[in-house]
Amino acid sequence: MKAGKLVLFLAAGGLFGTGLAVSGMTDPARVIGFLDVFGAWDPALLFVMAGAVGVYGLGMVILRRFDGLKLPSAGSSPIDYRLVIGSAIFGVGWGLGGFCPGPALANLGALRIEALFFVPAMAIGMLLAQRFFGADR
Amino acid sequence: MNHYTLWHALIGGILIGLASLLATVLSGKIPGISGVFGRLLVAATPDKAWRGIFLSGLIGGAALSFALWQSAALFRPMRPLVVMFVAGLLVGFGTRLGGGCTSGHGVCGIGMGAKDSIAATLIFVATAMVTVFIYNRMVL
Repeated sequence: MKAGKLVLFLAAGGLFGTGLAVSGMTDPARVIGFLDVFGAWDPALLFVMAGAVGVYGLGMVILRRFDGLKLPSAGSSPIDYRLVIGSAIFGVGWGLGGFCPGPALANLGALRIEALFFVPAMAIGMLLAQRFFGADR
Repeated sequence: MNHYTLWHALIGGILIGLASLLATVLSGKIPGISGVFGRLLVAATPDKAWRGIFLSGLIGGAALSFALWQSAALFRPMRPLVVMFVAGLLVGFGTRLGGGCTSGHGVCGIGMGAKDSIAATLIFVATAMVTVFIYNRMVL
């Protein structure tokens, strides 16, 4: 892969990490605050998702008008047991820790002890799922 | 920038959307963080370079933001470390079994209107809410 393209990947990652930190989603209290619908509910995560989904959805509609771009297909895969069970397990972990994969990695760079426990465990979980069920859903 | 508002949430979300778009155009794939990271752990993955660099950028961008803005640096630990370890196992296993996380299914999949991603997101938000309800009321 050309060096220029890899620099753009670095920029995309930098933008992603900046977005996570600016949005407050790297703070597990804010994430758990959103999930705690019967407590002191914090709507911030909804605003993050609205911004991200809106920009991505609109951007993909525009990008698909250009020929020659290699883009992932827009279609849905079947809603199978892997999707249902896997997502249910992910949600339990998300609610337990207040970390999903992006914010966990973002906090790893800051050497926060929670991330130092969470991320290696996440890697083990991923390796187990990929070992026994394959990497592709 | 130091006093957090819902504008921060919206603007941060827009940045996440733009970053995901850029990574999609560059890779030709849906750049969900769990998939990007998970496949980095598989020996047979042919395109490891961009995955590693993209995630390094994510970590660096977040670290820079923590240093620049107090509101971004706010971090309130909620759970004991043993719970964080168990949570990590479940998040890693679940996202790779289910084919995506908050970014791959939640942002990109829903952004493209994919029915499976909408279902996945409804499921993981629901089980996360139930988990928080139970944890906050029975464990704490």
